Amino acid sequence: MGNDVVVVVEHDGGVVSDTTFELLGKGRELADAWGGRLVAALFGEPELAGELGAADVVRFAAGAELGGYCPEAWEALLLNVVESVGARLVLIGTSTVGMDLGSSLAARWHAAPLSYVVALRADGDQLLATSQIYAGKLLADLRVTAPRVVVTHIGGLLPSDAGRRAGSPAREEIDPGVLGSLKSAFKERRVPDGGGVDITAAPMLVSVGRGIAGQDNLELAQEVADALGVPLSASRPVIDQGWLPKPHQVGKSGKKVKPKAYLAFGISGAPEHLEGMRNSELIIACNTDPSAPIFDVAHYGTTVDLFDLLPELAERLGD
Amino acid sequence: MIAMRIVVPVKQVPDLVEELELNSEGSDIDREFVKFVANEWDEQALEEALLIKEAVGAQVSVVAFDEPDVDQTLYTALARGADEAVKLTGAGDGWLSTAERSRLLAQWLSGQSYDMVITGVQASDDLDGQLAGTLGGLLGVPHASVVVGVEPGSGSVTVTQELAGGTVVRTEIATPCVLGMQTARQAPRYAPISRIRQAMSAGGLESVEAPGEATGPTDGIELLRLYPPEKAGRAEMISGDAPAVAERIVEILASKGLVKL
Repeated sequence: MGNDVVVVVEHDGGVVSDTTFELLGKGRELADAWGGRLVAALFGEPELAGELGAADVVRFAAGAELGGYCPEAWEALLLNVVESVGARLVLIGTSTVGMDLGSSLAARWHAAPLSYVVALRADGDQLLATSQIYAGKLLADLRVTAPRVVVTHIGGLLPSDAGRRAGSPAREEIDPGVLGSLKSAFKERRVPDGGGVDITAAPMLVSVGRGIAGQDNLELAQEVADALGVPLSASRPVIDQGWLPKPHQVGKSGKKVKPKAYLAFGISGAPEHLEGMRNSELIIACNTDPSAPIFDVAHYGTTVDLFDLLPELAERLGD
Repeated sequence: MIAMRIVVPVKQVPDLVEELELNSEGSDIDREFVKFVANEWDEQALEEALLIKEAVGAQVSVVAFDEPDVDQTLYTALARGADEAVKLTGAGDGWLSTAERSRLLAQWLSGQSYDMVITGVQASDDLDGQLAGTLGGLLGVPHASVVVGVEPGSGSVTVTQELAGGTVVRTEIATPCVLGMQTARQAPRYAPISRIRQAMSAGGLESVEAPGEATGPTDGIELLRLYPPEKAGRAEMISGDAPAVAERIVEILASKGLVKL
């Protein structure tokens, strides 16, 4: 059994994700504790290896078609990396890539899977982990004795600076033959049209969630947003219902925002949403459920009904 | 031509609107008093399967393990337009970890013919978001998670997956394949109670012995402690009625220089 730690490098449009740097920092710490190497697995965009100084080795595969992300190709390459380096731990962000590859890699590599991990540390030769379950309502502390583990870790919780180091890791190209005959073909990558709204640039956001209960009710939140002169944003359920367009979505699969004030109405605070807004300077949350996870990151909270609160706020903020 | 078959694995999850209590050993939630509901992402999966059926023809089979109130979920699926509902019995005592669920489903699926397995991208219990990938890995077929679009072709499907920031990728994947559905093209359809009752009295639910039993927790992972997140750093709760709370929020914003009083 090896002691190497493998971090999957996520990148989009030639930019390495913050989560990747966070995991490189954590991976460095664990590899040092166990006397193993930190291996960065980089698929597509080999020139990004220059940014991965925290790693001892960058295993890379070149090919324009990989850069756009093709799950089957990435999986074949990652399996090759973990099998060839003597890995004991694989770290991936809890993202689309992590959800695709983490679980299937664990199945194919006969490793123990851990998901929605929020903390990891070495305890001698073992690994201690904390996972979120029930959408963040409970935490589970776990001791991992399995010889192989695949961890998907929530982004935004670790310092990314720890993984942004200068260095010149060895660069090793993966044999393209590993890809063999794939049953999948990458077709295209599309970046959404902003629709003229950039919620990441707004000084404040009025954000609504499932609790708003209907498209017609958005008007109540819109009045508060208008009074503040800021845009409306929303959590996933509101976007999925088609009540607001995609560019308004805050969260893992939407935008990450850091306004001076984030006013959340009817948002329970699923981990995916918190990942997109927890670093806001001031968070005020309104939710009728006093145990909603949003109150764990909010500075101020209230359990009054948003349908009572929004009109009162609009009245006070309007000129 | 034989229509394609789409299998939709669904599950019951605790209703998170309610408080989750721990059992006396502190090793699990107390399932006795929890209300179980259909996993909302599985409803997205079923909706997408039904839309494909309507567009190009397909047989849609919904499959679940014997879990609390699962009959209601399965009959609702039939009422919405699924062709077949299968309940796998005898696998465990009401709840299966995702690892075990995946293993048993993979065993059951390997005796079935299917073109696509579409399941919810995640469920809020033990291994959030792992079912599609684990099934794909165990079955040795291509798979994709966080799917927001499925275009069936001949011997393949083109799936749209969402990456961070709303960026999407489209990939053509050979069938059979496993997809984790994030959002169907339209909101899950409503099934009137009358039609659910009809499905119930027609008795279209097929009970089948599960291909094995639960074998317990994953080897090599030991649960040390289960607990609600620390309350430290929690929000300062503003008391009073809506006008008083509104007043206070405006004061807070004003104290940060964000609004003028």
